[in-house]
Amino acid sequence: MTTTAPRPPAPAPLTPPSAPTTERSVRRIAFSQTLSRWDVKVSPYLYISPFFILFAITGLFPLVYTAWVSVHEWNLIGGQGDFVGFDNFAFVLSNPPFWIALRNTFSIFLISAVPQVLLALLIAAVLDRNLRAKTFWRMGVLLPYVVAPVAVTLIFSNMFGDQYGLINNVLSDLGIDPIGWHSEVLPSHVAIATMVNFRWTGYTALILLAGMQAIPRDYYEAAMIDGAGTIRQFFSITIPQLRPTLIFVIVTSTIGGLQIFDEPRLYDQTGQGGASGQWMTITIYLYNLGWGQLNFGRAAAVAWLLFLIIIIVGLINVAITRSIARAS
Amino acid sequence: MSTGYGLLETARPSRRRRVDNGQRPGWLGYGFLTAVLLGSMFPLYWSFLIGSGDASTINQQDIVWWPGGNFLANAAAVLEADSVNFWKAIGNSIIVSTVVSASVVLFSTLAGFAFAKLRFRGRAGLLVFVIATMAVPTQLGVVPLFIVMSQLQLAGTLWAVILPAVVSAFGVFWMTQYLSQALPYELIEAARVDGASMIRTFWSVALPAARPAAAMLALFTFIATWTNFFWPFIVLDRQNPTLPVALSLLQSNYFVDYSIVMAGVILSTIPLLILFAVAGRHLVSGIMQGAVKG
Repeated sequence: MTTTAPRPPAPAPLTPPSAPTTERSVRRIAFSQTLSRWDVKVSPYLYISPFFILFAITGLFPLVYTAWVSVHEWNLIGGQGDFVGFDNFAFVLSNPPFWIALRNTFSIFLISAVPQVLLALLIAAVLDRNLRAKTFWRMGVLLPYVVAPVAVTLIFSNMFGDQYGLINNVLSDLGIDPIGWHSEVLPSHVAIATMVNFRWTGYTALILLAGMQAIPRDYYEAAMIDGAGTIRQFFSITIPQLRPTLIFVIVTSTIGGLQIFDEPRLYDQTGQGGASGQWMTITIYLYNLGWGQLNFGRAAAVAWLLFLIIIIVGLINVAITRSIARAS
Repeated sequence: MSTGYGLLETARPSRRRRVDNGQRPGWLGYGFLTAVLLGSMFPLYWSFLIGSGDASTINQQDIVWWPGGNFLANAAAVLEADSVNFWKAIGNSIIVSTVVSASVVLFSTLAGFAFAKLRFRGRAGLLVFVIATMAVPTQLGVVPLFIVMSQLQLAGTLWAVILPAVVSAFGVFWMTQYLSQALPYELIEAARVDGASMIRTFWSVALPAARPAAAMLALFTFIATWTNFFWPFIVLDRQNPTLPVALSLLQSNYFVDYSIVMAGVILSTIPLLILFAVAGRHLVSGIMQGAVKG
């Protein structure tokens, strides 16, 4: 057995406690030793196999099979049809709704992710202070996390109602013209981004807080002795030291954010992403192709395109975050 | 990071953890946090305002700031609505979330034990594979998953929701991390010397040691499953929904009677609010120990 990891020795092979006297007991011990050796050898694979087998069936296989479906004509009713090469991709890429969906997805993602990380940094910085009732505040910012996205969306789509919504009512009390939170493109993106941020900002803040607490406090002491103020310390110590945590937060929110479905799907009753696709995202487009038009081939093509986009954006994110943290 | 927060802190001033960032925040800090907290709670309060009013509450210019008295009536309307099957949805959500949490914890602890404490060929490579799959958006496999579930005659049943969720790469990673620190080799060796088989060692030594991390994993998996919408929405039908799916039906069925919709929102959120009240502290420390979104 070879292993590359530096590890303490494995459990020592069993040795019979006392010298066997009769031939029979020798054989029995020999047998149980063989059994035990097999136990040691096979057990690890046995224990990890449920994960690998089930993941292969329900995670990996569908992803790969998506590629197969995407190069075929494939209907929900009729099943697999002819091989069509990249026709499905060509259709999707030449179809204006795909590009609208792509624009919306990125717009919503940016409008949610950037303010979310900034606000979470601020919250984390305050939580990192020596607060009274620490646990209370930490739990408080986490509360929205237990509200399901579907519930969040139903609440906010009501508050963002175009006609009698709370927010437009308040705006009109302040003498501001009501905003078309549903009818217009950018306001609808802001509304959806608000829902995402409502649920995730506190969660992100706690991750960043954990990152901040891992920064050695001596750094701050040294900076203070050098006369650096709170703000300077934040940008010169906290942000660069948080780099791994920030990369983690940004990559995970990219993976989740670009697949956004719940919020735009339930932002109005029809679930089509708005009358002219104001807030139709890629996953909604995928759903509409697959389960609205029953065209699985095209839906699979969209899934693969989104998969590629997520990987590319994830890599770009890592690069950007690295350079920002290095610069500051 | 095991900086104590309690007595140890004051007993050992030499650590000086609190010297710099240790100033108590001024009113600005507390004011900011209070604002964040109010922002976190307000939408829930708003949904209760609407959910306790009647159909006219929402359609008026003047905002009503106090709850009405109709919450129970609205909740009853939700529970009795023929078109939504809310009772069934509650039962389904409990079943799915419980089964998924239990199986994720079991399989993750098994695999985590093997990865953290047992030697075998390919260990390092396989662990890297597990970590890599955490970044794979498996949600994008919905099309084939639906095809497979249909062919297995499982579409529309709870199995279709449970099966794809019974293992989690994050869970394996989480338990591996925890067990590699929390479970000393000496304990395993002792059990082995005493003649325990591998599975017995797992059951009597590893599993008890894994309990804190396992509880946290169960908690997060439960919440994630309870609030999951995309796949259940695709594969379940309105006769047999989970709670988020039922909620979405509520909105499309009632032509904007938001008092009913919001009563449904409250009903579906109450269980998790109770969970939060009981285990919120553990959620916080779970996230801070490196839990992952989703």
